[in-house]
Amino acid sequence: MLTFSSPHTVGQNSVSKMMLTLLAALIPGFAALTYYFSWGYLINLMLACATVLVVEGALLALRKRPIGFFLRDGSALVTAALLACALPPLAPWWVTVLGAALAILFGKQLFGGLGQNPFNPAMVSYALLLVSLPVLMTTRWANVEQPSSLVTSLMVIFGDPGLALDGLTGATPLDYYKLNIGRLTASELTANPIFGPLGSVGWAQVNLAFLAGGLLLLVRRIITWHIPVALLGTLGVMALFFSADADVHVPLQLHLFSGSTMLAAFFIATDPVSAATSNRGKLYYAAGIGLLIYLIRTWGNYPDATAFAVLLMNFAAPLIDHYTRPRVYGQQKPIKGFKADD
Amino acid sequence: MIGSQYIKLVDTGSIPGGIHPEQHKIESNSSPITTLPLPTTLWLPLAMHLGTPAETTVQIGDRVLKGELIAAAKGLVSANIHAPTSGTIQAIEPHAFAHESGFVQPAIALDSDGLDQWRMLEPWSDWRSRGIEAVIERIRLGGVTGLGGAGFPTDVKYRNSQAVIHTLLINAAECEPYITADDRLMRERADDILRGATICQWLLGAKTILIGIEDNKPEAIAAFRAAAEQLQVPIELAIVPTKYPSGGEKQLIQLVLGAEVPQGGLPSDLGIVCQNVGTLAQVYRTVELDEPLISRVTTVTGAAVSQPGNYQVLIGTPIEVLLAHAGVQMAKADRVIMGGPMMGFVVPDLLAPVVKSTNCLLVPTKKELPPALPDNPCIRCGLCEQACPVSLLPQQMLWSAKNRQLDSALLHSLNDCIECGACAYVCPSRIPLVQYYRYAKGEIRQENEENVSAERARVRFENRQKRLDREQVEKEAKRQSRAAAAAKALAAKTAAEGKAGSETNALIAATLERVAAKKIATNTGPVGLSLSELAAVAQASQEKFAKAAGRLTEAETNAPEMVAALKKATGKLEEKYLSSEAAYQTALAAVEIAAADTPKS
Repeated sequence: MLTFSSPHTVGQNSVSKMMLTLLAALIPGFAALTYYFSWGYLINLMLACATVLVVEGALLALRKRPIGFFLRDGSALVTAALLACALPPLAPWWVTVLGAALAILFGKQLFGGLGQNPFNPAMVSYALLLVSLPVLMTTRWANVEQPSSLVTSLMVIFGDPGLALDGLTGATPLDYYKLNIGRLTASELTANPIFGPLGSVGWAQVNLAFLAGGLLLLVRRIITWHIPVALLGTLGVMALFFSADADVHVPLQLHLFSGSTMLAAFFIATDPVSAATSNRGKLYYAAGIGLLIYLIRTWGNYPDATAFAVLLMNFAAPLIDHYTRPRVYGQQKPIKGFKADD
Repeated sequence: MIGSQYIKLVDTGSIPGGIHPEQHKIESNSSPITTLPLPTTLWLPLAMHLGTPAETTVQIGDRVLKGELIAAAKGLVSANIHAPTSGTIQAIEPHAFAHESGFVQPAIALDSDGLDQWRMLEPWSDWRSRGIEAVIERIRLGGVTGLGGAGFPTDVKYRNSQAVIHTLLINAAECEPYITADDRLMRERADDILRGATICQWLLGAKTILIGIEDNKPEAIAAFRAAAEQLQVPIELAIVPTKYPSGGEKQLIQLVLGAEVPQGGLPSDLGIVCQNVGTLAQVYRTVELDEPLISRVTTVTGAAVSQPGNYQVLIGTPIEVLLAHAGVQMAKADRVIMGGPMMGFVVPDLLAPVVKSTNCLLVPTKKELPPALPDNPCIRCGLCEQACPVSLLPQQMLWSAKNRQLDSALLHSLNDCIECGACAYVCPSRIPLVQYYRYAKGEIRQENEENVSAERARVRFENRQKRLDREQVEKEAKRQSRAAAAAKALAAKTAAEGKAGSETNALIAATLERVAAKKIATNTGPVGLSLSELAAVAQASQEKFAKAAGRLTEAETNAPEMVAALKKATGKLEEKYLSSEAAYQTALAAVEIAAADTPKS
C-alpha cells in the first residue's frame, strides 16, 4: 500500500536485515558444533534450508501469496538454521527434511505465515519429531571424542543407518549424567573425558559460542536482555537450590553450559512472534521457560527440555500479555486483565 | 561572568523510548530569517486555529488597514483574524486549505494595495499597570494562537484562575528534523521571547521561567543567556539531549520536571503552563506593540529547495508563492509536506495559504524521503515498544486496530498515543502504524458519539413516555370528576322533575327504537347497491388486487427498495377485495334465502 501518512521518513531497518543478522549470529555456534562434534550439522543445515524454501514456496503458492516477497524476508531460513542446530547431527537425512517441512507447515504457514504463528516453528517440529521418533532423536548425537568428518557424516546420514557405530554416536552428556548419577557418584561420573570444568567438553565451547552470538544480537538490538537474563537466571537459581548435591542431580554448570541452553536463551526463547510482548511480560515468560527446563530435565523423561518448555510458555504468552501491560504516560497504574475498569 | 545571577542550569530527567533520525537542520538554520515580499493576494481561512471558526466582520469591497480585524472569534476557544496587510476584501468564499482531506474551507481573500499601511497602533509600555484582565483580553484581541503546531488560542491558557502555576515552561526543543524556525527565532529575537515570557510569567504569577531546549542549538542557548543578562530576567535553562520527540509538550514536562501530566489532565494540574518560543515573541508584539498575529517565521527546506531557510511570512500567503520565492524546483519535488517529516502532512493543493500554525514546508525529492515500500507482516520484534515515548505496546495496538477490536485497543490505551511516529520509524516491516492508530481512534470517536446520541434518544423517548402517561392520568382524573359532577347534576334534576321525567324517558326510548330499526334495514349491504352492482365491485377489486400482486412479484426481483411500500399497498387492496367479496356473498345468500322463502309464503 502506498501511503503518505506521517511519518514520511523511516529508518533503514528491515525484516530481512534482522533475519540476516540473526543468521550471522548463529555462525559461531554452528562452527563450534561442526568443529567439536560433526559435519552432520552443516549437512543438516543444507538439507533444512533447501526443504524450507521448497515447502514455504509451495505453501505460499497454495495460499496465493507473493512467493518471492515472502521468501526474501529470510524468516524460513532462520527456522531452518535453528532446527539444524537443535537436531541430532547423525540422524538419517529424512529426519531433517521431515522436521523442516513440519516446521513450515504446522509451525508457520497453517497459522497464516510470518508473524501469525503462536508457537515457535522450530520447536513445534522438534517436539513432533521427539515424540514420533524417540530413539533416533536421542541416540544419534555425535561423540566429542570422535568428531565425525564430512565423509563419515555423509555416509551415516545418507547411507545405511547401521553405519552409526557405537563409538560414533550416543546420548548427550546431560542425558548420560542423568541416567548414571543413580549408580555412580559425581566424581566417578566426571572422570569420563566427556566432562570438563564447565560441565562437558565440546558442549561448553558450543554454548560459549552461542552466548557470543547472543551478545551480538543484544548489541545490534535484535533482542533485549529480558529473555536471556530471566531464562538463565531462573535456571541458574533452580540449579543452585535443587542441584546443590551433584551426586543426586545434574549440577549448575552442566545446566547452563550443556545441551541447548544458550541456544534457547538467546535464539529460541527470544523469537518475538511467539514470546510475550512487554518487557515485564518477557521476564515472566522467560522465567517460566527456565523453570520448566529445570523441572523437565530433573524430574521429567526428556534429557533436554527446551522444546517443551518453550512451547508451554508460548501457550501462556497471550495471558501474560494481558497482565503485564506497561503503565502508560499519565496513568496512575497500568491497565491489567481484560476489562478497562479493573 | 557566564552563569551569573540571572541564569541557572537545571538537571534534566529522561523519557522512555525516542529515536534519533537524521536531523537535517543545518540546511535551513545557517542563514538569517528573510522577509518575504508582499504577495498580491492573501487567503485567510476562518478555521485556521483550534476551536470554533471565526466569523467575518467585513464585506466584499471593504478597504482594510494592516492589523485591522476582519473576522472575530466566536465562543471561548476561538481566535480573531486580522488583515496581514492593507488592501481590499476581494472575496469571502471556500478556498483551498492545507489539510490532508483536501477539502476547501471558508476564507477571506485580501488583495494587497502594496502600501502595507498599519492601522492606528496603541503601544503599551506600561502593561503591568493595565491589569491582568486587560492584558489577557489584549492577547485575545490580537488573535494569538500557539505557533508550535496545534494552533490553540493562547489567551485560554491564562483564563484558568483555579490552577496555581509555579512554572512557565518555554518549549524551545524543536525536536522534529528539518524544522529550524524556532532555532532562528531564538538566535535572532531571544529578547522578544523573554519579554513575552515576562508578560506571561506575570499573568500566571509563576515563580520560574524554565527553558527546555535541545543540546543541538548552542547558538540559541547563548542568545538566551545574553538576553537574560541584558533584560535582567532570571531564567532556568534545562538543556536536554537531542532526541525525538523531546519537544512534545508532555514529553518536555517529563524531561525537565520529572512529572507526568495526568491522563485527561492539563499541564496546569502540575502547576505548569507550557508555551512555544514563537508564541511568546508574538505575545510581546501583541501586548507591548499592539501588533496582532499577522505573520510568522516558517522554515522552507528539503532537497528540492534551492534556497532553504527561514522566512518571515504573512499569514495567508499562498504556499506556492512562498515556495517560488525560496526557489523550489517543482520538477525535482516529490511532494510538499506541511510540518516536519515525522508529524507533518502532505499538502494536497499549493494554492492553500500559510496559516498561523505553519512552522515548516518541507519539499523533499523522491530520493530524500522515498514513498513507503510495501509492508511486511508484523513480526512483533518489539522495536516499536522500545521506541514509544509514552510506553505503549504499538505491536498490540496494531493487532487491535487491524481487526477493529476497539475494546482491545482501549485496553492498550490507544487514546494516549501522541502519533509521534517513532514506532513507524523503527518498524523493520515498514508498517504505517500511525495510520492504523488514526483509523482506530476515529472509529472509537464515532462509536462514542453514536453511543451518546443513542443515550440521548433513549432519555428523550423515556421523557416523552412519562409525559404521555402523566397526561393520560390527568385526563382520566378530569373525566372522572366531570362524570361525577354530571351524575350529581342528573340526580338532582331527576329528583326535581319527578313525574315529568318518566314521560320524557318514554319518549326517548321510543325514538331510540325507531333509529335502531332503521339501522338494521340499511346495514344488510353497501347502501342501496343491487346484487349485480355488488358483484361488479367485488370483481373490480379482485382485479386491482391481482394487478398489485403482480407488481409486487416483479419488484421483488427488479426493485428491492420498492418492495416494502408495494407490500403495504397490496395488503390494503387484498383487504378491500375480501370485504367486497364478503358483502356480495352475504347479499347473494340473503337473496337466495328470500327466494327460497317466497314460494312457501
